[in-house]
Amino acid sequence: MISSIIFILAFGAAIYLFSKNIGKVIRNIKLGKPLDRSDNRAERFKVMAKVALGQSKMVIRPVAGIMHIIVYLGFVLINIEVLEIIIDGIFGTHRFFASPLGSIYTLAINFFEILAVGVIIACVVFLVRRNILKIDRFSKPELKGWPFKDANIILFIEIILMGALLKLNAVEANIEGALEKPFIISQYIAPFFASFNQDTLHIFERVFWWFHILGIFAFLNYLPFSKHFHILLAFPNTYFSNLNPKGKFTNMESVTNEVKIMLDPSYTPATDIPAGRFGAKDVNDLTWKQLLDAYTCTECGRCTSECPANQTGKLLSPRKIMMDTRDRLEEVGRNIDINGEFKEDGKSLLGSYITEEEILACTTCNACVQACPVNIDPLSIIVDLRRYLIMEESKAPAEWAGMLTNIENNGAPWQFSPSDRFNWANEN
Amino acid sequence: MENLKVPTMAECAAKGEMPEVLFWVGCAGSFDDRAKKITKALVKILNHTHTSFAVLGTEESCTGDPAKRAGNEFLFQMQALNNISVLNGYGVKKIVTACPHCFNTLKNEYPELGGNYEVIHHTQLLQGLIDSGKLKVQGGSFKGKRITFHDPCYLGRANNEYEAPRAVIEKLDSELIEMKRCKERGFCCGAGGAQMFKEAEKGKKEVNIERTEEALSTNPNIIATGCPFCNTMMTDGVKHFEKEESIKVLDVAELIAQAQDL
Repeated sequence: MISSIIFILAFGAAIYLFSKNIGKVIRNIKLGKPLDRSDNRAERFKVMAKVALGQSKMVIRPVAGIMHIIVYLGFVLINIEVLEIIIDGIFGTHRFFASPLGSIYTLAINFFEILAVGVIIACVVFLVRRNILKIDRFSKPELKGWPFKDANIILFIEIILMGALLKLNAVEANIEGALEKPFIISQYIAPFFASFNQDTLHIFERVFWWFHILGIFAFLNYLPFSKHFHILLAFPNTYFSNLNPKGKFTNMESVTNEVKIMLDPSYTPATDIPAGRFGAKDVNDLTWKQLLDAYTCTECGRCTSECPANQTGKLLSPRKIMMDTRDRLEEVGRNIDINGEFKEDGKSLLGSYITEEEILACTTCNACVQACPVNIDPLSIIVDLRRYLIMEESKAPAEWAGMLTNIENNGAPWQFSPSDRFNWANEN
Repeated sequence: MENLKVPTMAECAAKGEMPEVLFWVGCAGSFDDRAKKITKALVKILNHTHTSFAVLGTEESCTGDPAKRAGNEFLFQMQALNNISVLNGYGVKKIVTACPHCFNTLKNEYPELGGNYEVIHHTQLLQGLIDSGKLKVQGGSFKGKRITFHDPCYLGRANNEYEAPRAVIEKLDSELIEMKRCKERGFCCGAGGAQMFKEAEKGKKEVNIERTEEALSTNPNIIATGCPFCNTMMTDGVKHFEKEESIKVLDVAELIAQAQDL
């Protein structure tokens, strides 16, 4: 009875805290500019099913991809068991599903145990890749400090949680009458607990049980502060993917109105589009989808490892663009938490986080967009920052300024006369 | 003296004719000495296959692609709206271009500004001509040669066209060898996003050197491209490695024109 009350309180606190923090994330995402992605629902579900649920872009790199699928399956399926833990916790039952499901229950737990071992192996491999092999994309400057630790913390927690699950089953295998028969993996761990008496085993059982579920509650509340948030946001993020060809950059309607007025002074815009700022200087100039992208990024660095600028030693890293966007957005969010509304802090995404040198190095090749396993679009942010730099601050590098003047005056990026444009047809 | 027949839209309109397709030459194709050869190769093919086409000549102007990629939406839209008024004035329905940047801009970014056309890349046109039997291709001097194709970003990833250039190259009885990073994972030549028009930012290496190195590792006789800017970047890369005597950088249109002795 007392344990049920403690459980309900812990469960309630976990859900409350999680909802509160999710609320803040949603509020932050809503700081972004509007963008209509309510169209093509069928197509959007298809993309989500393929890319998020089906992990189609993960397996392009087979080692990391297959390992990731094991962890992903483990996470999704083993969490079915959490449902039982919650029922047991609230009603003080023991393995609620065991007797109604019978042999199916044993089969399911056996399958979960195999998955748990798979998850542990995959997490160990991931730790080795990050900490011992020091794979290039995990050793970039933007991962120094917290992001590097964050990744290790996640992997350790997963190993510990899976370990607790196996140990719980192993202890129960030694408790008289607890299980019909031991489960497939934990039966080999069971002998380690065989020498303890029944009273001690009951204590162990409770300890592992509580450790497992409290660990899950804690992990749930770690998500909104971690790169691991992708396990939830991958789904909405792929659903709201850009369905246009990647080469199509957004059309700026506010500019269209001004250009049309310039070309034809009698032109009256059909809709009243607020001019506002051209391009993006800070996170609230970006769209909500670009901000959702930032929260979804799990910092895997596949974008950066395919980026021609980054791979030839330039400062630009698409992953850093996403991390900076999230960091700045979180900073703006904290500012709002403290002041009730955003109080000018003299900082901005472009300038305080992302430098001009970074965004100018982009070849707009879309390799980062293609590489992202959850359809994040770092390029759109880079282009919006460039638009601000060029149109609001007129800060084009000298060579670009020349190129732009040539287009304006000669209709070509080079200094040729437009009247010579057709000369090629008569040249040898 | 080559005998190219290059009708302009103005001439056609004066005669009351409407060509099937407008050949959008682009700035590189009009002004850059190397790219002009690609333009002429395509015209030869169009003449050879009796394709009904015309160009805008001096009425053509930059699509605005480099302005848009650099972030100058104003200039882009000025260019786009002016070009659209010319194109719509002639009632253009279909456009072919030998530049993936023009291709992408005309196809994807003009419709929202009132320019709606069927836009194809010249490799798609070539594939169509071959498939319909209008263009017979034999390997000629390229028979048995090792050719590697460098995917232009704005044809490949930007518009998901990976097969047309390859289908055309395969008609040459040559050996098409893929680089490690190809198709969806093709590595940029370094020119896109208006990088063509400025020095690169500080780094360890030039992008085109990295890409050329990869192309050379396939031990090719020819590096094929489908973009005048990729062509420049790869040609510079080959020169950097002093391989210009043994390895040619050619556009897909040039491969076809040369193979048929056009």
